[in-house]
Amino acid sequence: MRVGGSDYDKYELSFTIASQCAGSTSVHIRALMPRYSGSRFRGGDGPRMPQQVPRLVFVFAVALLAMVIARWYLVPDTFGDIGHYRAAAVDSIAARPMKYAGHQQCTLCHSPIQEARLASNHKGVRCEVCHGPAAAHIAAPMEVKPSIPRGRDQCILCHAFNPSRPTGFPQIDPVVHNPLTPCKDCHDPHAPEPPVVPESCAACHGEIARQKLVSHHASLECEVCHAAPVTHKSNPRSARPSKPTDRSFCGACHAIGDPRAAIPQIDLQTHGQPYTCWQCHYPHHPEAP
Amino acid sequence: MSTARFDPTRSRSEPPASPVLDRRRFLGEAAAGACAAAPFLLGVVRLPAAFGQQPDGAYDASEHYYGMGVDPRRCIGCARCVAACKTENDVPAEPHFFNTWIERYVITEDDAVQVDSPNGGLDGFPPLTQANVERTFFVPKLCNHCDNPPCVQVCPVGATFMTEDGVVLVDDEYCIGCRYCIQACPYGARYLHPETHVAAKCTFCYHRLVRGQVPACVEVCPTGARIFGEVRGRATPLARFMRFNQIQVLKPHLNTAPKVLYANLDGEVR
Repeated sequence: MRVGGSDYDKYELSFTIASQCAGSTSVHIRALMPRYSGSRFRGGDGPRMPQQVPRLVFVFAVALLAMVIARWYLVPDTFGDIGHYRAAAVDSIAARPMKYAGHQQCTLCHSPIQEARLASNHKGVRCEVCHGPAAAHIAAPMEVKPSIPRGRDQCILCHAFNPSRPTGFPQIDPVVHNPLTPCKDCHDPHAPEPPVVPESCAACHGEIARQKLVSHHASLECEVCHAAPVTHKSNPRSARPSKPTDRSFCGACHAIGDPRAAIPQIDLQTHGQPYTCWQCHYPHHPEAP
Repeated sequence: MSTARFDPTRSRSEPPASPVLDRRRFLGEAAAGACAAAPFLLGVVRLPAAFGQQPDGAYDASEHYYGMGVDPRRCIGCARCVAACKTENDVPAEPHFFNTWIERYVITEDDAVQVDSPNGGLDGFPPLTQANVERTFFVPKLCNHCDNPPCVQVCPVGATFMTEDGVVLVDDEYCIGCRYCIQACPYGARYLHPETHVAAKCTFCYHRLVRGQVPACVEVCPTGARIFGEVRGRATPLARFMRFNQIQVLKPHLNTAPKVLYANLDGEVR
């Protein structure tokens, strides 16, 4: 193995790999490899350090150093302080600004409104649900004002009828429920009351009422033709109002012989038999004569 | 010259058993070194903790373990939570980017289940077109903050993680935007932020939690369909919610151990 006294000798290493599975192919590799003779370790009688060990130690040391340097540059600061992540990321996420201040902050200045709200059906509806994020307002109360919804848009987000909503949640049909009237005209959003018994029939039957208003029957009250039980107003479906059942009811005004000449009159015996009046005429909007 | 170290002719006070390294001495020193390093290697002693992390003691993450309760039977589908979340967390306004969203389930009499969530519920829900609707309801969805999160497992760089208080977060400065976590999430709770091009998701409004506030969606829910608190330890509204309701989670067969707990959940909800 050892030739001469120099540390580095050039050895010619050659070997042949005969690949059986590839048939008769043979690969001939020739390489010039420097060899470290290690003459320093072989004096005397003691056991010798194997020649390859110092070189392997050197290679491993270089690899280790490279890894340490690579980690120093590639692994970010605070990575692994808590877990397998950057601990500083938690702090930077925690430092993000808040936009919604929380209802406790509102109470500091607006306690009367808060108390009214907490006693009402809207006790679960915090201020910022309707008034929007208010952290900026709390930071600068005079300069930044939260929005005050005055129309119907904000209310019908929750209270428009939707069949997927839970049973019992108060809902209205925004198309027929007093259209164009701001909700707050009748309902205090900070202390909404459960629906009260309406004064007029038009509160629920607005479409019919508006139609009747422009018809020849405008002057007739609903009660002229319908007898509504008292419970109908508080529990509409439990007791329904009466409807006229026969021709003679309309005939009370429209039969020949009535002294009011402006009212169109017909002969009950011959006109439109055998039908009842409302099969042809719509009483809430009768056609002009 | 280091060769002298191995010179057997060198005079020593005691006779050298071996000029290289005594095996007994090597094993002894190696064992002693291993014992000294073991507490640090095993993570028993944490260096930052040992040197004192938060002297002021304002917020100690190890004292909390957060979770959220959701009661779909109370949800009215007003999507105030979706709007508040987008405002609070600067979520892009356009559709398909949601930290939380509202799904409408429509189950018809032939047991067909249809789920829709137009713009996350922000624009309201169109009138039902199905005939013979058997039942229909809303279900709020969000990141489930799994105790065994698949998204954290697949992150190749350690940019998504679960904090000590149980919140799954994304380090948006370290994320490389490879989208593995978006693929891995069985709940579809993650998306690639169109501006920062990194993964984004619900943070339980972590910046609010450390200040003692509840998440924005919980703050604005008008019916109390979302309940926030801690899944173990101290008494919070969530503890009460868990005590009085039969708790279900989404996709329990995946063993993700979600910390978003549902009550009164319809069997068809996925």
